[in-house]
Parts: sequence; C-alpha cells; structure tokens
Amino acid sequence: MAKQNKPSVSGVVKEKNKTTRNENYNQYVKQVTPKFSCFKNCVKAFVIGGIICVIGQGFIKYYESLGADKELAKSYNTITLVFLAILLTGLGLYQKLAKFGGAGTLVPITGFANSVAAPAVEYKKEGQVFGVGAKIFTVAGPVILYGIFSTWVLGLFYYILKQVGIV
Amino acid sequence: MTEKAKRKSKIAGKQSVLFTNPPYIIAGAGVAGKKEGEGPLGSLFDIVKEDPMFGKKNWEDAESELMKEAAQEVLKKAGMKSDSIRYLVGGDLLGQLIATSFGIAELNIPMFGIYGACSTMGEAMSLGAMLVDGGYAEKVMSLTSSHFAGAEKQFRMPLDYGNQRPYSATWTVTGSGAVIIAKDNHKKAGNNEADIVIAGLTTGKIVDYGIKDSMNMGAAMAPAAFDTIKQNFEDLDVKPDYYDKIITGDLGYIGKNILIDLLKEKGYDISSNHMDCGIEIYDKDSQDTHAGGSGCGCSALTFTCYIMKQLRERNWTRVLFVPTGALLSQVSFNEGNTVPGIAHAVIVEAV
Repeated sequence: MAKQNKPSVSGVVKEKNKTTRNENYNQYVKQVTPKFSCFKNCVKAFVIGGIICVIGQGFIKYYESLGADKELAKSYNTITLVFLAILLTGLGLYQKLAKFGGAGTLVPITGFANSVAAPAVEYKKEGQVFGVGAKIFTVAGPVILYGIFSTWVLGLFYYILKQVGIV
Repeated sequence: MTEKAKRKSKIAGKQSVLFTNPPYIIAGAGVAGKKEGEGPLGSLFDIVKEDPMFGKKNWEDAESELMKEAAQEVLKKAGMKSDSIRYLVGGDLLGQLIATSFGIAELNIPMFGIYGACSTMGEAMSLGAMLVDGGYAEKVMSLTSSHFAGAEKQFRMPLDYGNQRPYSATWTVTGSGAVIIAKDNHKKAGNNEADIVIAGLTTGKIVDYGIKDSMNMGAAMAPAAFDTIKQNFEDLDVKPDYYDKIITGDLGYIGKNILIDLLKEKGYDISSNHMDCGIEIYDKDSQDTHAGGSGCGCSALTFTCYIMKQLRERNWTRVLFVPTGALLSQVSFNEGNTVPGIAHAVIVEAV
C-alpha cells in the first residue's frame, strides 16, 4: 500500500496489522502533540547564552585589570562561572534559568557545573560513597568519557600526521 | 440494582465483574502537597502539607509519611482503628514499593503490595472490592501515593538539573489517597448523603501502540484507556451515557483528545461526559504543569476528595473511574523499549 498522506485515527483503530497500526498511531500522535517553537527557543538560548558569555568576558577583563595575564584571567573566569553555577544550582535557581534559556544555559561551562552539582545535591541523602561518590557523574559522565575519548582519537590522528610529515 | 442483585455470576463479558453484593466505600481521605493545595481542587483535600519533605530527611521517607497520614486520616474519618481492617491493598511508584512498605508498616495490617504505575488506585480498589464481595474480608483499605521529587529521581533527572520539559510532559502529583471498602454500610443515622458502592469493574490489559517517548505518557496510555473503556461498554452492553462521568486518571490534555478520537472511531462519543483527573488537579496556565498532573496520587486524590464528594451529594449517580498507568522503567526506556499502558476501570455508584 502506498503511504496515506494524512495519518488519521481510523488508520489506527481499523488497522489489523500491528506494526502498521503502531506506525499510524505514532504519526497521529506527532500531529496532535504541541511542540516548542524552535525559532523562539533559539532566540532565547542565544540571548541567555550570550549574557553568560558577556559576564564571563567581564570577569576576564576584571582579573586582567588586577594584573593577571590573559591565560590566568581565563582560568579565574572559569572558576568563577563554575562557582556561580553551582551556587545557583544549590539555591534551586539554575533550573529556572535553564527552563527559559534552554541550550543557552547548557552549552557554556555553567551547564556542565550544573550537571555535576545537581546529582550531588540529589544523592547526598544516599551517603557520601554510594550516593554522591557513585552517582555524581550520572549526568556529566557521558560528556567526560566521550570528551576524553575524542581527544585521544584526535591525538592519535595528530601523531600519525606528524610522523608522515603533514603537520 | 434489582436486576443486578438477582445475578448469580459475578463475571460479566470478557474482562468485567459485576458484584452480587456491591461493597461500600465507607470513607476516603486525601493528603496533598503544597502545589496541589494551590490547585483548583485545593480546598477539598483533607490535609495539605506545606513542607515537601513532610518533616523527613529524604523524598522516599517523605512519601512514606504522606501515605501513612492518608491511611490514618481515612481511619479517623471512618471512626475505626487499624485492627478492624482485614487487608490493605496498595502500592506506589518507587522501586520495590518502598514508599508503601515503610509508610504502612506500623499500621500492622495484612498487606498486598501491588504495582500498576499510575493506575494503582484502580487496581487497589478493584482487588479490595473483590476481596470484600468475595467474602474474604469485611473491610479493606486501598491506598496509593506519589511524590513529585521522588518520581523525578526515580524516572528522570535530579531535581536541580537544568533542562526544559516538553509540552507533552506531565507533573507528578505529590499526594496520597486512601479508601476503606466495606461489606456493610457504616453510615450514621440522620446522614442524608448518598452511599457510595463499587458496582463492578473492568480489568485492563497491557496495551502497547508503540510509543517510545517517555515524556508523552498521555499518548502512551490513551490506547489502554480506550481499550478498557470500550471493553466495559461491550461487557455491560451499555452506551457512554450510562455513566454521568467517565473519569480517566492522568491522560492530560493530549491523551484526553486522543482517547476521545479513538472511541469516536469505534462509535462511542464520550466528549460530553469525559473528565481527566490530571486536567482537574492543576491550573495549567498559572501552575506551569504543561499537559497536566500524573502519578498514582493524581487519580487517588481526585477520587477521594472530589469524585466521592460529587457522588455523596448526588450530583453524579454513576461514574466510571479509570486510572491509567504507563508501565515503563528507566531501564526499559534506556534499552529502547516502548511505553506500554494499562487502565483499570471501576464502576462507582451513589445509592
């Protein structure tokens, strides 16, 4: 059978074949489920993410004005942003910011700090070892693992390219 | 009723039961959290607690406390001590039913722990009524609970993790509801309120239409509600207008529309008398709950505090109460499985 152009609910109720019925149902559900506007979300993420970066830039300038060189000022900035994100997480405010800002709060280093601090708060009640210790990286773990793995792969490529004299 | 009283068999149709001696629901009590207390039904709950921790140190203990208070409250309302209850049938959403086990331990009542996800209240009331009508108990307590934070931890992300909930997501109700089902009516003299009986039930099957999105549980459960309600109509040979209200547990706004669409296709129009507890319990505009409320406590609270009141006041005389559950776990979800649904229907009448 050729694909129906509009999946309707009758294609769900009347369909005898289970696989086709489930496909029809999933298409029908897609139609009736409201979605966030991607454009609006992108704008909000851009603004909030941008503000976080401007604040970061402000910190860099401030630390430079105190006499730190560029690299050191950057490190201080990272530490400050991570501290602020953890503080906001502990106060229960980061979640509210993320609800509005979406990826704008996820992508900067603050998002990473939140993803480590939130499980720490949640699992503290299960003890320091099996709670915080074992579960602190439940959200951030994949990022750490695959982050390190991809740098290893890139390092390998770099080594090979260096050996053959391309770089 | 007279026709039903003459019945010899309790078995009706394929999946239904019509009781020969319909058991009475002699009392119901609901304990709710702060957010639920601020919702449209807030003033009806027996107890509303401001503290999300319920004076305990963690979410799991908090939910146990919640359930314990609901059990104590329903005993108080029925004017009974826990030793007059023969069986307790209950469950919750937490792994291995720890909210129930730790919550009701000190009540010292013989207990059956059950899991039906958010359909647990329907399952508990079904089994409780069968125990009573079957003559195995004079009085049974059916109860369930859910806690927003405990459920988030069990099924989703740590509470403070920053993410966006989709529009189709539901908000787990913090609350517990308990009823006492009894063989005899325990009404005091001079009370003009209607008696509430469980006339029958339709037990649901596991229904899976291949939905994989765990954040759209309304869509995952609607086919189960559809299947059970359709079966109830067929087994009893009735039409939707047989009931004053057909009340689903926690389909939410998306699931409600799907259910109505599905039943319409089968020739049953329930659009005028359908109601969903998940829609009733919160005000979605001011409380930011997206598709509605969910969790065992959603249907249990709405039933014990709102539906029972409507029946007592004879605003409704017969309702079909259909709590709905999504039978997933974090493991089944991670392993790529679908989200199967289940729905248990209980026929509740004011007599």
